[in-house]
Amino acid sequence: MIELKFNIEGGDFDRAGTASSETKKVLKQLNIDPRVIKRTVVALYEGEVNIAAHAFRGEVIVSVSDHQIQAILKDEGPGIPDISQAMLEGFSTASSKVREMGFGAGMGLPNMKKNADQLQVESVPGSGTTVKMIFNF
Amino acid sequence: MKIERIIQLLEAQVICGNHRISDDISTAFSSDLMSDVLTLDTENLLLITGLANVQIIRTAEVAEIHHLVIVRNKKVNDDIVELANSLNMIIIESPFSMFKASGILYSNGLKPIY
Repeated sequence: MIELKFNIEGGDFDRAGTASSETKKVLKQLNIDPRVIKRTVVALYEGEVNIAAHAFRGEVIVSVSDHQIQAILKDEGPGIPDISQAMLEGFSTASSKVREMGFGAGMGLPNMKKNADQLQVESVPGSGTTVKMIFNF
Repeated sequence: MKIERIIQLLEAQVICGNHRISDDISTAFSSDLMSDVLTLDTENLLLITGLANVQIIRTAEVAEIHHLVIVRNKKVNDDIVELANSLNMIIIESPFSMFKASGILYSNGLKPIY
């Protein structure tokens, strides 16, 4: 099993996407189906942007086993008070700065759900959020 | 449509990735919203955007997009160019608005995704 770890700082949009980029390189080297790679890195990138947009800091852990990629994104931040609301397309609490970057359209979590085979979101308001995604291949 | 034709039609300038000017593209998507770009299933499309930040390159990378047009006379900085070069992408800059650039390319045969 291969494990990759990345740290993400809240508000650091210059570096948001580096975890997805590094993960993509490793998955390519492992000769994983390009469609699975795309689904994984798109969802991972959405998650990275969410941490940069909403949290103080976060950690991304990607594990690759024989037939599965697991991504855990754990952040320290304000948390999500109503997860079912956050899963709705178009619902967003993003700042104007985030919107200027081309995000904050309320598509992040729905798009992660679309791309992952399993998505689990746990959040403690005032403490942080943990997102777990599974991609099968 | 060849990228070199797109450059000509949009009175654009190549910023990096000159080796890709002979690439052939059939579809395009115009957006300033990277969230929308990330929902697309189509690959190898031409991305037309008025944003000029590093996230357009990161978005293009994960979405398997290698050809970008920056419209509205926006200019990308050196960091963006360096990243785009490392990912083998071409960036061209056009002085036209997104509407005008999209209209010209559409009327010359470039197809929308939907």
